[in-house]
Amino acid sequence: MSVVIIAVLALLALAITFGAILGFASVRFKVEGNPLVDQIDGILPQTQCGQCGYPGCRPYAEAIAGGDAINKCPPGGESTIAALADLLDVDPMPLDEEHGVSQGKRVAFIREDECIGCTKCIQACPVDAILGAAKQMHTVIVDECTGCDLCVDPCPVDCIDMIPVGQTIRDWSWDKPGSKPIDSRQIIATDLQAESNDQEAA
Amino acid sequence: MRQIWDFHGGIHPPENKHQSTRQAIKNAGIPQYLFLPLSQHIGQPAVPVVEIGQRVRKGEMVAEAIGPVSVPVHAPTSGTVIAIEDHQVPHPSGLTDSCIVIETDGLDEWTELTPCEDYEELSSSDILHRVRQAGIAGLGGAGFPTAIKLHPPRNDKVNALILNAAECEPYITADDMLMRERASEVIGGLEIMASILQPEECLIGIEDNKPEAIAALREAARETQIEVVVIPTKYPSGGEKQLIRILTGLEVPQGHIPADIGVMCQNVGTSAAVYRAIRYGEPLISRITTVTGDAVAHPGNFDTLIGTRMSHLLTQAGFNADKASRVLMGGPMMGFALLSTDIPIVKTTNCLLAATDLEFPQPQPEQPCIRCGMCAEACPAELLPQQLFWFAKAQEFEKAEMYNLFDCIECGACSYVCPSSIPLVQYYRYSKNQVRTTKLEQEKSDKARERFEFRQSRLQREQEEKEAKRKARAEAAAKAQAARAAEAEAAVDPKKAAVAEAVKRAQAKREQASAPLADLTELESNVQKAKDKLAKVEASLQQAEADQSDMTDKLRNAVAKNRDRLEFAEKALADARKQSSDSDNTGTNTPPQDTEQLQRSIKRQEDKVATLKNAIEEALKSDPDRAAQLQPSLDKSLAKLAELKSALGTNSSDQSENNTPAPDPEQLQVQVDKARDKLLMMQGMLDEARQESPSDDAKVTKLTRAVEKNQERLTAAEKALTDAQQQATPVAPKISAEELETLRTNIDKARDKLSMMQGMLDEAQTESPEDEAKIAKLTRAVEKNLERVNAAETAYQEAGGEIRDPVSQS
Repeated sequence: MSVVIIAVLALLALAITFGAILGFASVRFKVEGNPLVDQIDGILPQTQCGQCGYPGCRPYAEAIAGGDAINKCPPGGESTIAALADLLDVDPMPLDEEHGVSQGKRVAFIREDECIGCTKCIQACPVDAILGAAKQMHTVIVDECTGCDLCVDPCPVDCIDMIPVGQTIRDWSWDKPGSKPIDSRQIIATDLQAESNDQEAA
Repeated sequence: MRQIWDFHGGIHPPENKHQSTRQAIKNAGIPQYLFLPLSQHIGQPAVPVVEIGQRVRKGEMVAEAIGPVSVPVHAPTSGTVIAIEDHQVPHPSGLTDSCIVIETDGLDEWTELTPCEDYEELSSSDILHRVRQAGIAGLGGAGFPTAIKLHPPRNDKVNALILNAAECEPYITADDMLMRERASEVIGGLEIMASILQPEECLIGIEDNKPEAIAALREAARETQIEVVVIPTKYPSGGEKQLIRILTGLEVPQGHIPADIGVMCQNVGTSAAVYRAIRYGEPLISRITTVTGDAVAHPGNFDTLIGTRMSHLLTQAGFNADKASRVLMGGPMMGFALLSTDIPIVKTTNCLLAATDLEFPQPQPEQPCIRCGMCAEACPAELLPQQLFWFAKAQEFEKAEMYNLFDCIECGACSYVCPSSIPLVQYYRYSKNQVRTTKLEQEKSDKARERFEFRQSRLQREQEEKEAKRKARAEAAAKAQAARAAEAEAAVDPKKAAVAEAVKRAQAKREQASAPLADLTELESNVQKAKDKLAKVEASLQQAEADQSDMTDKLRNAVAKNRDRLEFAEKALADARKQSSDSDNTGTNTPPQDTEQLQRSIKRQEDKVATLKNAIEEALKSDPDRAAQLQPSLDKSLAKLAELKSALGTNSSDQSENNTPAPDPEQLQVQVDKARDKLLMMQGMLDEARQESPSDDAKVTKLTRAVEKNQERLTAAEKALTDAQQQATPVAPKISAEELETLRTNIDKARDKLSMMQGMLDEAQTESPEDEAKIAKLTRAVEKNLERVNAAETAYQEAGGEIRDPVSQS
């Protein structure tokens, strides 16, 4: 009988010890906020466009961390959904068309002749990418524009266009091999055949 | 003999160099148009400094370098700038980029140059400056600005300056021909660069498949410290890191540049360009380009002006467009196919390769990797091409990066040896692009996030600031108000004191009214209090009289008022005593309100009757029918009036049975007092409002209206009182001495009030004669009070009293 009591007491002592250690650790090494939100926020494209229905990328990140669907971000498109699916270990799903379609990268452009300088777009821009003052012509800092569309609606004279960003030499990139039937530009080492031809000729 | 090392891997593709070395370098001539891309180098694009329509001479700068990593662009011949526009440039994408277009005039007129006979006279910074101004970028293929390369960032000591003459890629012979024909320029350029860097040794690494060039270089370098090192032919020995390995046995660590290990590599073409820039002051306006391939009839090397269209050059070499399947820029290993030949030659164009289908057939379809490992054996960078391939294919770029993807030099050796025809290098290029794009996007989104968060915090801050300001303003306003109130309190305004007193009294009376059966003790204490106060006021009056003070009048008024109050209090006490005894005796207490209500109803009904009568009269004149219609209503109203009157009679008789005089004059008196107090208060408030905020019209008018209303009420109450007194007279013809005394008090009260009003009027007239409204009002009040006094006197006379000193006579 005493054996049983000793065992129970020993286990109790161990439980109390480890419980105390765990409790201390949970207080001492407490993580502020949800680190998952930061990770999700890092994946989202930060256009701050609100197409997901949340007022910005971080609120959506918080919503995703809270269990919302991952397919509500049209600017991010498939790649963002894939990255989110990978991070959260869920199945990737197609983009929810309800929140808009994935368009190519675009930037706002103000037709400066028509701008009346009302500053409404400046107030709407989530990233302060529009320069201007009251009754002065406004313009968009192209490098800072996220293409969120939020400045288009407030404009009383409809002088803001969303212009698709064209491919330039500086941001051009190679396609994945095999993604196009024949890409004659990909020339490296094609003279392998020439060698065999030479050998045949020889 | 110098020891040479070997590097890992490498291949031996067919060289095909002999085709283009058969003839000497030819001049490509001056084409009609030259297209000068602003970005022919690594770094910031140059910025045009010419205007459209401007004439430029050969060697004149047309675009300047902006920022440290940039090189300028010069006019390759004389002519006119006709456009600065986007034009196709040599790039695998086939996209356009901004170019300066010059229409040549054929004169080939040089601008003024600053030649230098002896470079040793120049300081190294002068030389570097001239190299930079000459627009020299690495001619080997990458196009890195030479001036920057010659000035290592940390001023590392360069032990070995290596001239890269390996030219390992098949077909290309531009450097070979340059060395054969202009070896002295190459050696001269190397000496100039050595004078800047002061290396311990100067080496020229050249593959053993160029015997003529080796001989020419050795000849040119005979009396110098320069050592021409012949290395075995193996692709890619011309790679910078590979050549350094071969010549010095050193390896450039990952993520470092050769300068970090004390080695520097320059291309032979660059060396010749440096020589010309220093010796003759000529900027980089032309280069030697190999035109070769089975689709050209006369392959060879051409001294070509930068900006010459490739089609022009190809024509000179006898290009057969029908035979050609593809035109490549660069060699077969690392070059890329061009989508058009309407593209300018740039500083890095070392070769144009017009190949036939037989020569460069379409690539074989990709087959599965068989894990043979040949790519790993061939890789000169000692990477694991298979692993990189898997990761690239699965888009696991992070893992590919971990396998040192960015150490790949894209030499193509792995693709060349792959038995499954897998375009491995294309996968690596794709992966590198993806990683770079992702990084750029990440940077951009981080910046966007930062800006967004900054904006949010800014907005919040602004909000808070606004809130704080608002609060501060509110506090300041409250403080100012408090200060004003304190000031007003400090300066005891007699008028205000009167108002306050009136308010106090009104409150007291209200309390009394709300508790009609107030405790007798309370009433007693009130009497006592009133007595005390009267005594106090009288004392101060005496003092004031003694001091001849201005306050005497006012104090006298106050004394009178206090006396009134005392009397009132005493009366209330007596009343209460009587009422309590009454209720004890009868047990029934008919509320006087009933009578009052009835009277009110009668009055209303009488009004109605009058109105109806009027209406009927009017109707009789105009519309008899309507009069007939109205007649029943009048009858009804009259009937109701009679009914009400009889009810009142019953009620009065009821009350007389209870020994309670119908409409109790005392109660009415209380009402009159109350109304008077209220009026006084209102008037005080109005005066105050006029003084303090004359601009506040709304307030003033409101108060004026209130005063008028109170006046009306007061008159009504007074009328009711006189009525009641008259009514009471027949009911009780023999007026008791007590009642006579009441009337007497009334007269006194009215007189007091009259004198007070007159005092106020006098004061107003002397103090603010311009305030006509006030004076008029006070005058009216005085008149009314006079009337009231007269009325009171009449009542008293009727009651049988004797007026001692009638006011009307005074």
